Amino acid sequence: MLDRALKGTTGYWSWLGFLLVLIGIGAGCYIYQYFEGLRITGLSRDVSWGLYIGQLTYFVGIAAGGVMVVLPYYLHDYKAFGRITILGEFLAIAAILMCLLFVFVDLGNPVRIMNVILYPTPNSILFWDMIVLNVYLLLNIVVGWNVLAAERKGVKYKKWVKVLAYISIPWAFTIHTVTAFLYAGIPGRHFWLTAIMAARFLSSAFCAGPALLVLLCLIVKKVSKFDPGKEQLRTLGGIIAYAMIINVFFFLLEVFTAFYSQIPGHMHAFEFLFHGLDGYGKLAPWMWTATGFAVVALVLLIVPATRRKEDTLAIACISVIVATWIDKGLGLIVGGFTPNMFGTVTPYWPTTPEVLITIGVLAVGFFVLTILYKIAVSIKEEAAA
Amino acid sequence: MGVDRREFLKIAGYATLFGLGGTAAIDILAPGELEASTTGIPLTQGKRWSMVIDMRKCLAQQDKKACKDCMVACHLEHNVPDWGEPQHAVKWIWQDEYEHVFPDHPNEFIDEGVEGKPFILMCNHCYNPPCVRVCPTQATFKREQDGIVAMDMHRCIGCRFCMAACPYGSRSFNWGDPRKAPKKLNPDFPTNKAYPERSKGVVEKCNFCTELVAKGELPVCVQACDKIKVHALNFGDLAHSESNVRKLLRDHYSVRRKPALGTGPNVFYII
Repeated sequence: MLDRALKGTTGYWSWLGFLLVLIGIGAGCYIYQYFEGLRITGLSRDVSWGLYIGQLTYFVGIAAGGVMVVLPYYLHDYKAFGRITILGEFLAIAAILMCLLFVFVDLGNPVRIMNVILYPTPNSILFWDMIVLNVYLLLNIVVGWNVLAAERKGVKYKKWVKVLAYISIPWAFTIHTVTAFLYAGIPGRHFWLTAIMAARFLSSAFCAGPALLVLLCLIVKKVSKFDPGKEQLRTLGGIIAYAMIINVFFFLLEVFTAFYSQIPGHMHAFEFLFHGLDGYGKLAPWMWTATGFAVVALVLLIVPATRRKEDTLAIACISVIVATWIDKGLGLIVGGFTPNMFGTVTPYWPTTPEVLITIGVLAVGFFVLTILYKIAVSIKEEAAA
Repeated sequence: MGVDRREFLKIAGYATLFGLGGTAAIDILAPGELEASTTGIPLTQGKRWSMVIDMRKCLAQQDKKACKDCMVACHLEHNVPDWGEPQHAVKWIWQDEYEHVFPDHPNEFIDEGVEGKPFILMCNHCYNPPCVRVCPTQATFKREQDGIVAMDMHRCIGCRFCMAACPYGSRSFNWGDPRKAPKKLNPDFPTNKAYPERSKGVVEKCNFCTELVAKGELPVCVQACDKIKVHALNFGDLAHSESNVRKLLRDHYSVRRKPALGTGPNVFYII
């Protein structure tokens, strides 16, 4: 089936070429980081995780969000989604690939990465994160590939594929739960030490993942003869609306607990993020931008007319992605480390090489995504013809 | 004290034989230095090592001269380079003001004797260390025999989960290659050929001088403090009810950093 990726329009090839340039730039910066160490990033002894781990967190969510098309199809026999489950699964593959790469580029000593397997440590959440992410990647590759191969031959997929698809559904929940546990079990970091963290992660995943999927469906519709379908987009719009409402609701629960209890440690991170602390407030405009986009998203998603119209739904989806990205890919990590363990603020801002490495990893993800989608869409076109 | 270890143990042995107890040796040799220097048991046999820091003595010495002997000694012993950048600093033992050391004890009417005063910080060698719990490779681990939280810098993958998990900021990362630290600030690096150098990208921290304790010697910070006869740093065995540290904790009110988190810090402060 891979041969489908080798035939494409000029637009297809120039998009891949563009991504390859970004990958090249990112790889160059990574080589620089590899030899100089992580001091070329904006990270410090007090803010020891940043943009890379933020992206890991965000894209685990995108990967888990793919289950929002798989679950209705397999568990509720919602046939309409049968057309696009493959798009959800292939999105999950690309997202997990990015997650693994983001962990890799964040490591101080990447050549020792196999130590995680050589010295398995069940009490470490990172050990479990490695397991759930890799298994989820494998499940999506096997299920996605076999379902697509069956579709190409015009036959129904085998029964064991369906079993694996069933397993992948709760597995999607585990990947984001375990990722939340990376943060939610750490003593002394109030912003992260919250039982609702996994629930927050899942709700933001289930709006951000499908939102990206809607945008991808609209692109697919534009550049190919395959139409993911009106009903499909409409149902996704409803899912995104509910998930985004729950996501914002959960966030407000955190705000209530922090500010009604008035416990300084619980309020500090919010104050830092939305206002600034000790004269350092570089994230505040970002967090207010996220708030603005969240409001726009909620309005467009809740009003039925704008939710059902494709162009306003697209704007809503972009707003969801911007809002959740700033919240999870940027604010969550830096906010967790601020103020530091001494009650003071150590500023963090990613450096240029750090940003370029991040863009390089994103480009790898979108490169893989483009190829996978090209194959899937080509086969769908052939099946329709 | 002017006696070497062998001589000291000999006198202590005779004193014990004559029914005076091991500590008598100290009273004979150097009266009044008991508190700081002895545990009553050989250093290699501790079950739960701890440090009791008498901040009254430390601050008095800091008032006299800006004393940094313990920190200098430790960082020389362990090849800790100076990067000249606070955000990338590697810290085994360091100072910070009281308010930052005990951020969960805010008190706007605090006694002037401690307000803004530089306290000594190091790894707490927690009884229940979160850094050990999160490490995915067991590169950091608690030693069964004596409770020291140790670090295998040759296994560490540099994921920095331990740095996120430590509530005391006691873990440092090698953001760059220690050998590439500015030569101007580190003309003699490496300062101790007997201690391993690190590669970039690994985490390190205070190890309670396991390399010295194994030889029956006190941690180098304690040695430095004893050398100037301040005896603010007291290293001893909490598992031994008659040890120097247990005695100090019995006789003085002491505090620990963030005890509510349940980590069980083994570093105590007498204020």
